Amino acid sequence: MAERTPLYGRHLAAGARMVEFAGWEMPLQYTSVREEQQAVRAGAGLFDVSHMGRFDVLGSGAGAFLQRLVTNDLSRLTSSRAQYDLSCRPDAGIVDDLVVYRLEGEWRVVGNAANRGKDLEWMRAHAPAGVEVVDRTEELSLIALQGPSARTLLPAGDVEPGSLPRFGVARTAVAGVEVLISRTGYTGEDGFELFVAAARAAQVWDALVEAGARPCGLAARDVCRLEAGLRLYGHDMDETTNPYEVGLGWVVKLDKGPFLGREALRRIRDRGPARNLIGLIARDRIVPRAGAIVRREERSIGSVTSGTYSFWLGAGIGMALVEAGTAPVGARVELDLAGRRGSAEVVPLPFYRGTVPSGTRPGASPGPGRVVRPQPGAGAAPGITAEEDDTRGGALLHRDP
Amino acid sequence: MAERYYTETHEWVTVDDGVATVGITDFAQAQLGDVVFLELPRVGRHLAAGDTFGVIESVKAASDLYCPVAGTVLEVNEALNDHPERVNQDPYGQGWLIRIRVSGELGPGLLDEEGYRRLTQGEATRPEERGSSAREPER
Repeated sequence: MAERTPLYGRHLAAGARMVEFAGWEMPLQYTSVREEQQAVRAGAGLFDVSHMGRFDVLGSGAGAFLQRLVTNDLSRLTSSRAQYDLSCRPDAGIVDDLVVYRLEGEWRVVGNAANRGKDLEWMRAHAPAGVEVVDRTEELSLIALQGPSARTLLPAGDVEPGSLPRFGVARTAVAGVEVLISRTGYTGEDGFELFVAAARAAQVWDALVEAGARPCGLAARDVCRLEAGLRLYGHDMDETTNPYEVGLGWVVKLDKGPFLGREALRRIRDRGPARNLIGLIARDRIVPRAGAIVRREERSIGSVTSGTYSFWLGAGIGMALVEAGTAPVGARVELDLAGRRGSAEVVPLPFYRGTVPSGTRPGASPGPGRVVRPQPGAGAAPGITAEEDDTRGGALLHRDP
Repeated sequence: MAERYYTETHEWVTVDDGVATVGITDFAQAQLGDVVFLELPRVGRHLAAGDTFGVIESVKAASDLYCPVAGTVLEVNEALNDHPERVNQDPYGQGWLIRIRVSGELGPGLLDEEGYRRLTQGEATRPEERGSSAREPER
């Protein structure tokens, strides 16, 4: 029997088509994926993401423990901020991608729904005496409000939502309910994620719908995250891939001190990854699907890890893991989808850059969304863009809860 | 209005004066989700009942389309190239797919309204049937 979030009744009442995902009954779509995607790009979309794993890490050694568990540098993380992270095995395989929150001496970790049990086991196996990992998934709901209108639409009590920096975190009240908000998301747009006690989640949800946010399902979330070039665990990365292969080398800070996987990661960094995650835009009327074979000049070079139809670009888009150096930006490749074939072009990720504010300029007004068109011959390594270098302190739109 | 018949693969057909109009059912469009591409046959192609006559691709999956009746393709709904969402919005009207000059009787395997209703009530409990490449939704 699949689990239900506290918003299950709201989804049914709104006529959502429900689907089982990672052990939860979740809304796939309410009306149309196209309309929901457009709400996120032009207004504000509302997502129930209460299925994602949420853990509090307790004890005075929590920060030091997490610093050894993840690849990014938590010593850079000031209080009331969040950070995108990876946790890797000793052989550099990715256990999960995570967002770590630092809250006045407390630490919270959000991971993928499908990895909830694994993450809990992984953290507990590595936690030293005195550090406790508590699964709070069921008592804390998570709601994502995403889109250019999110900051004006969010009635966040005494906090001005637009003044929060990207990945900033604040405690406030929404509709009279105590919430923790972070300026994070998984859509490529400006937006917020709200942690709220499960018993009060519906009250907050109703207030945001009332304010004009449109409920959106997992299908629209997948289209938005793919357009924004955001990797999905279990598809674009897993324990058999390492961060450098999937363009997440910027999340690995080899010089931060000892952490799980560091030696293997250093070796991979030094010799270069064997594969690259690339972006593909279909040039025929096809949609790249996970598992499709990618060929260049008649030779199989890899396969599509996830794909969808981009309503923004009006074309099929996808990400593929291919042998390093075989598919530079601008190259044409052939896709073989269980017998159906079509042509695609290699493009830099992301496909779409939305209204993600700068992480360093509180209140900066988001620029207009723009399409990143393919640039044949551009020299950037596939799947790695300058925006993904967080040493710039910049516009990281990378994933989260 | 000619009576509408259905296939077990969720196409519908009406026949009026020897010309069949074919589309996919409301149930099918709801299961597929937003339609984004259609591959339809050229005018003049001969089809036998049960032949694959095209592919419908949605955000979720690509599915083959099966012809409910034998005949020759007279007309293809070209407007769907620019407006595939019409299949979702109006599957029995503006979202029709092809018209066929019928050569023969309607196949014996077709269902009437009541038969199709029974079929879809059975399938509603396992909604991921249609489309072999259906994938998991994300996160």
